[in-house]
Amino acid sequence: MRGWLPVFKKEMRLYFGSPVAYAVATFFLFIAAFFFAPSFIQYADVSMRSAMQPQMGQSLNATENILRPLTYNMAVVLLFFIPMLTMRLFAEEKRSGTMELLLTYPLRDGEVLAGKFLAALALYAGILALTLSYPITVAWFTRIEWGAVLTGYLGLLLVGAAFLSIGLFVSSTTENQIVAGFGTFGGLLTLWLLGWFADSAQGALRTVIQQAAIIEHMESFAKGVLDTKDLVYYLSVTAFALFLTLRSLESKRWRG
Amino acid sequence: MIQVDRLTKSYGPVTAVHDVSFNVEKGQIVGFLGPNGAGKSTTMKILACFMAASGGSARVAGFDVFSQSLEVRRRIGYLPENSPLYADLPVAAYLDFVAEAKGVSRGARRSKVADVMDRCFITDMQHRLIGKLSKGYRQRVGLAQALLGDPEVLILDEPTIGLDPRQIAEIRALIKSLGGQHTVILSTHILPEVSMVCDGIIIINRGRVVAKGTQAELVEQVFPAARVEVEVAGPGEAIASSLKTLPGVTSVDAIGVEAAGARDGASRFVVESPRGRDVRGELVRLVAGRGWELLELHQVGLSLEEVFIRVVAGEEHAPQILETVVEEAQ
Repeated sequence: MRGWLPVFKKEMRLYFGSPVAYAVATFFLFIAAFFFAPSFIQYADVSMRSAMQPQMGQSLNATENILRPLTYNMAVVLLFFIPMLTMRLFAEEKRSGTMELLLTYPLRDGEVLAGKFLAALALYAGILALTLSYPITVAWFTRIEWGAVLTGYLGLLLVGAAFLSIGLFVSSTTENQIVAGFGTFGGLLTLWLLGWFADSAQGALRTVIQQAAIIEHMESFAKGVLDTKDLVYYLSVTAFALFLTLRSLESKRWRG
Repeated sequence: MIQVDRLTKSYGPVTAVHDVSFNVEKGQIVGFLGPNGAGKSTTMKILACFMAASGGSARVAGFDVFSQSLEVRRRIGYLPENSPLYADLPVAAYLDFVAEAKGVSRGARRSKVADVMDRCFITDMQHRLIGKLSKGYRQRVGLAQALLGDPEVLILDEPTIGLDPRQIAEIRALIKSLGGQHTVILSTHILPEVSMVCDGIIIINRGRVVAKGTQAELVEQVFPAARVEVEVAGPGEAIASSLKTLPGVTSVDAIGVEAAGARDGASRFVVESPRGRDVRGELVRLVAGRGWELLELHQVGLSLEEVFIRVVAGEEHAPQILETVVEEAQ
């Protein structure tokens, strides 16, 4: 079962051999900075004033006021960025015909999938690690709750893995990268917006819709709470999407 | 080494391959011929385990391509049509990936990659991006990746397409050198290539095998009679009747003088005799003895082109098909 490794390395070479990895990393950090900078500056301003009026300082908490919204906002930004990491993975191989060679090497379909998924996940984790510069910046000036922050990052990693596996599945169903990208984006957006419909639904349906909405489960992670229910949600979405991708690869062999 | 038994593949309502059966012995080089859309690539894709057949079975190196796909894939090198490669990878990095995917051990990888680059004449290009290479070089990188891992069986879909004449000669020599140790099945449109490189020939048309065997066997199957075309200046009828009296001659047909472009006062005939019975010497002596002038004499129905055209299209369409065959060969 070491067949995933060559595929992983090849995908990494392709990410970094083209501008994809650099472009996605740059713009993700840029957008994240847009969410970080204003709340950071505002917080600094408020804390300065509260130094003069001590009763205001009661509710000041850097983790809660700066980093929690940042974590949640980054999860939303991922909706836009993850499709760009995954749209190429299968669609381009199918379009260019390299899929035909890849599937005739002595690799199991699962190994091909694992190599691609892990490569995308590793790139994403790398980009995510770069955003740690924001909590580190905050920690330079004030004390933050690292436990809560890292729980938030675990949530981001899990939500990213779920998004990536959905993206892989969509990419495996089409030869067109644009379709793969927009299909993934549309699918993720739908899963996100589901939460809005929950308010107008009743009873059990309301619970189902609420639980199915993909970003809702980020809230507890962002608060620094590790809830099994949310952990299981992301892991099972990931596993299910990867399972579907594997079936989609298999069906390619049948249909030719 | 390759056993194909009643293989069938349909894409929806279209049957691309119908009831195809053939065997390839170990060490043989077999040419797969057929017009475009005949089902060559489909058969090769099934043999390479890229897709499953709708019916029938195929075994490569003793393993079933469907139920033991992984075992088959460990033993084959496959070059798909148009040599699809990763444009964004440099040649050497790409081949390193292929070697690793084929399970070549870390220690041997570098030397194996260097070896195939050397054999396919791409060592100079190893640091170039594949996307920047010319068609001929890409084709050779494709061939190099098929050779990696020293596979027992090579499945090459149009290996010499897009190469210049010198490169074609080099690649043909390379493929020919693979015979013996490797079993090779290759498809091509260039008929002389098959004559030069292959031990056996399989002709398929509209998804069915229409002829198979060595070139000599095919000629014999398709043209059971040896034919000689002759042009003689002299009285047509007298020549025809005396030709018929020659020992071994089974039939003499006059062909239209104008159509055949014969000289004024000359006649053209097709003289048939049983295969193996050469009547040319006696024919020359007869014509000279009678004082007629022999203008032209040649054997017909011996080239692979003629066999191909006959089995693929039937005679009535022969001239047009020949043109397309010649065009494709160029």
